Amino acid sequence: MLEISRDLVDQIVRHARADHPDEACGVIAGPAGSGKPNRFIAMINAARSPTFYEFDSADLFTLYKEMDERDEEPVVIYHSHTATEAYPSRTDISLAAEPGAHYVLVSTRQSGQNEGPYEFRSYRIVDGVVTEETVKVI
Amino acid sequence: MAIEVRVPTILRVYTGGQKSVNAEGDTLQAVITNLEVNYPGIGGRLLDDSGLRRFVNVYLNDEDVRFLDGLNTSVGEQDAITILPAVAGG
Repeated sequence: MLEISRDLVDQIVRHARADHPDEACGVIAGPAGSGKPNRFIAMINAARSPTFYEFDSADLFTLYKEMDERDEEPVVIYHSHTATEAYPSRTDISLAAEPGAHYVLVSTRQSGQNEGPYEFRSYRIVDGVVTEETVKVI
Repeated sequence: MAIEVRVPTILRVYTGGQKSVNAEGDTLQAVITNLEVNYPGIGGRLLDDSGLRRFVNVYLNDEDVRFLDGLNTSVGEQDAITILPAVAGG
């Protein structure tokens, strides 16, 4: 189960809407070993694409260096789908490289950049196996 | 001459859980070859037939080696190498 604050959910959704129709991506870091997401870090989608996302390589280095210095880990790795459901694609599954993270998928396919219904789901992706989990907004 | 190599979580299965290991070599290619000797299996996660895998980022200090000389990048004992899997998907 992913426990996440309403404020963090809102920040992810706001980012996904702002970048629609391109995919948005980012991380919520938290203290290592705590499983608690608390520091929201929006990342630039270097691919700037409606069907792909990738953290910029220099930004990725800075992100991991900062998390290391702060004794944090990527508790949540999020990205949006803008035309399909909030379920990991084959590419998402094959490239998932943080077995300890919650992979959050948001879909903006219904409302785009506007306020309105969205999908927000969370998964574990370990060794190519996707397991959906409950999201508890606290 | 030992070079520090920082290993991401997903590859620590090869390094007995160590976050950082020492390796030897005067180019990135030589360092990876040396890593493979001591930590069998790790090389194949970094390289494929065409070279460095597309979704593996390797940094010499804070510079992506793709912007240096790739696998031919020279390394010295003052250098640190960091491996980070790309965070990417569709």
